[in-house]
Amino acid sequence: MQVEVARNILEANDAGAEELRQIFARHGLLVLNLMSSPGSGKTTLLERTLTDLREQLRFGVIEGDCQTENDARRVAATGARAVQINTHGGCHLDSAMVREACEQLGLEDLDILIIENVGNLVCPAEFSLGEDAKVTILSVTEGDDKPEKYPFIFSQSRVMLLNKIDLLPYVPFDTARASAFARAVNPELEIFEVAALSGHGMDAWYAWLRKSLEAKRTAR
Amino acid sequence: MHELSLVEGILAIVREEMAKHGLTRLVRVRVKHGELSAVVPEALETAFEVLTVGTDLAGACLEAEMVPLRVRCRQCGEEFSPSEEERFLMPCPACGTELGHHVLSGRELYIDHIEAE
Repeated sequence: MQVEVARNILEANDAGAEELRQIFARHGLLVLNLMSSPGSGKTTLLERTLTDLREQLRFGVIEGDCQTENDARRVAATGARAVQINTHGGCHLDSAMVREACEQLGLEDLDILIIENVGNLVCPAEFSLGEDAKVTILSVTEGDDKPEKYPFIFSQSRVMLLNKIDLLPYVPFDTARASAFARAVNPELEIFEVAALSGHGMDAWYAWLRKSLEAKRTAR
Repeated sequence: MHELSLVEGILAIVREEMAKHGLTRLVRVRVKHGELSAVVPEALETAFEVLTVGTDLAGACLEAEMVPLRVRCRQCGEEFSPSEEERFLMPCPACGTELGHHVLSGRELYIDHIEAE
């Protein structure tokens, strides 16, 4: 016999994400889902952010990778609280993994939780983790047509961090073109040009973090 | 390539529906995926085979049906289906406006029905 089902395949993840959203709201926590290709500088950007803001904001970090605890160690060295999720080859984090990681990490006494997703511009964008905003890093060594090739992730993001901007003299990357394409799929997108390694341009990103945390707290 | 985890979701729903209707042998699952959902049908079918072989659902097949992209122009309201080459800018055939159109269909990702005994 034929049974009409009509059920969303991602319903279990979406339900888990909604529960997370409520937990995060109870803690007044700003939660960011940080995404990018592998090697665009997610962890370096985190290290710089956590170090620079160490005295002002309390960060928790969930590190997603296919293998190794390397990134959690790098992040923990800044003094932030960090746990590692290994997906063992999985291409994205889902809400159940994040739920478990939150229990390990503990959400008390934190201001901002950053979830560093698995390096990938496709799959992570499809799985909600209960975050307040998706933040996507694009580095200038990757090619300025990435927003054109992977429009979905940029359409879902609140912020695009254009990283490794200090390498512009050495690579053929048109920042205006990359930004124009990204804004074409997402007119509301905020774009910050940064060089995480040197710290160039990071103040605008920090100001955005403070503003967003304040907005989240006021909305409580 | 998140088809494996999509199939895990599919199997959970299929098992629930079969139990609800007292069915024990799955014949077919029909999945509908929008043109814009990042799904590769062949990968979905392979993942389904991999995850069902040696289980109570072995032998069943998964059929993936694509739902074409259809949008409504944000400027003039014209409804149209952008071709594959036009999928990024989506120029409206009536007024030429690009991007930001309202997506009517093409984002779906759901189980339409199952056949089971």
